[in-house]
Amino acid sequence: MQQVEIADILARHGEKEGGLISILESIQAKYGYLPREALEEVAEKTGHALVDVYGVATFYKAFSLKPRGKHLISVCLGTACHVRGGPQIAKEVKRQLGIRPGETTPDKEFTLETVNCLGACALGPVVVIDGHYFPNVKTSMVKGIIDRARDGLDKVEVDKDARVFPIEVSCARCNHSLMDTEHKLDGYPSVRVTVSFGQKHGWLELSSLYGSYNTSSKYEIPENTIVNFFCPYCNAELMGGSLCSECGAPMVPMIVRGGGMVQICSRKGCKGHMLDLL
Amino acid sequence: MIKLKINGVDVSVEEGSTVLEAAQFLGFPIPTLCHMEGLTPYGACRLCVVEIGNPPRSKLVSSCTYPAEDGLVVRTSSERVMRARRMIIELLLATCPQSKIIQDLASKFNVRQQRFKQEYEDCILCGLCVRMCEEQMMAKAIGFRGRGENRSIGTPFDIKSEVCRQCGGCIYVCPACQLRCTYNEPEKAICGGCANLAPPCLEKENFHDMMCYMDPCVACEIRKENN
Ligand code: SF4
Ligand code: SF4
Ligand code: FES
Ligand code: FES
Repeated sequence: MQQVEIADILARHGEKEGGLISILESIQAKYGYLPREALEEVAEKTGHALVDVYGVATFYKAFSLKPRGKHLISVCLGTACHVRGGPQIAKEVKRQLGIRPGETTPDKEFTLETVNCLGACALGPVVVIDGHYFPNVKTSMVKGIIDRARDGLDKVEVDKDARVFPIEVSCARCNHSLMDTEHKLDGYPSVRVTVSFGQKHGWLELSSLYGSYNTSSKYEIPENTIVNFFCPYCNAELMGGSLCSECGAPMVPMIVRGGGMVQICSRKGCKGHMLDLL
Repeated sequence: MIKLKINGVDVSVEEGSTVLEAAQFLGFPIPTLCHMEGLTPYGACRLCVVEIGNPPRSKLVSSCTYPAEDGLVVRTSSERVMRARRMIIELLLATCPQSKIIQDLASKFNVRQQRFKQEYEDCILCGLCVRMCEEQMMAKAIGFRGRGENRSIGTPFDIKSEVCRQCGGCIYVCPACQLRCTYNEPEKAICGGCANLAPPCLEKENFHDMMCYMDPCVACEIRKENN
């Protein structure tokens, strides 16, 4: 059965050379880790030596050779989060789950990893669970967050989706407000960012109404293109570490005024998004 | 032909040579560790540093990977080079003191101290074995795994490789395996204790069908005696 699925993945990536990393990503997305048989199959089918495939699989932190738990908890220990107490958060998560980074709880519920910067430094210390950002985490909040994750974070989100309300957001890097009061969309100030795709580079305005997908931009963005988002103030790239659950494109995290994070999919036309309010 | 100047001597070498090859052709010795004729230059150990350009704008490069260029000015044993080389040896000693090759280098370059935290690694990640296996033995049985401080050499999943022919090539080229001390007493590893030679193949079963390049080898003799 697995053989068939891997053959599928390989077929989708075609014959072209150099697609090893994306093949491994697809396998990891499917199984949550890279099973040994899968790597052997990839080596055989793509003509790469097994040592090379294994070397790539062990080089990148994003790949895991061990089965992962249902929920992936990433604690940021990047510079900004480190000085704001990331290590204490990591310690508390370790204590709560009884595992060390890189390990999975015996009940296969949680896998813990530490990462170096998730692209939301202004919010440090940051914890990401299954793609949901938790900003300004304190040790006392850790237990609550883990319990919420155990119940399923995506469930919490659904009832928020039903409502349509305006949100105010700021850059996850420099915390500068991204609201543009001069240009309104849906009757509310829009969210203004800079985007680039192909050779084009220009502004993009998004409706701040949560649940509305209206945008306007300097250049017409073709459907399905993954665009790069930048903060117009600090010019940092806004791409975060998590991937869209709908289409697999990188998510763009932004800070919600009042506490919380919103993430939108970077693919034009994809409606993937997540909102976590605190 | 490419014309360059090495240690003040004008020399011309064939297109495509490296600085190391040019210097060796001229007879200027440059120590190497991760370089071996017949294998792709890799530039891992940095032992072959040379100084190129004119001070104060000169820089240090690894000669085994640096292509000879027209008009290049190279110095193979300037003070700066020697200082860097000694430091590299000192760091190698800190990593893998039990290697006879590294010990010999240390004595040759008069390195008499080791100021870093002492480790006892059995590999300096020079990549010789990986290149040997791939380029000469056409096996690709072993490779680099992991990264940073977890980088290591071995087979995928650490299990016996189906493509390894047990040719012994990897062991033959390894500067850390060759004449390795048993390091029963790590602290004494730089002491010349290798006189009491007891290589790892004495204890490890899986070395049995390994072809040995150290013929005649003390270890084999000891084993014969024991049986
Ligand atoms: S013994 Fe095996 S791993 Fe070593 S060089 Fe030969 S084929 Fe490669
Ligand atoms: S095992 Fe030996 S030859 Fe291979 S990289 Fe390590 S030190 Fe070099
Ligand atoms: S340092 Fe933690 S998000 Fe950048
Ligand atoms: S011999 Fe040149 S870097 Fe090792």
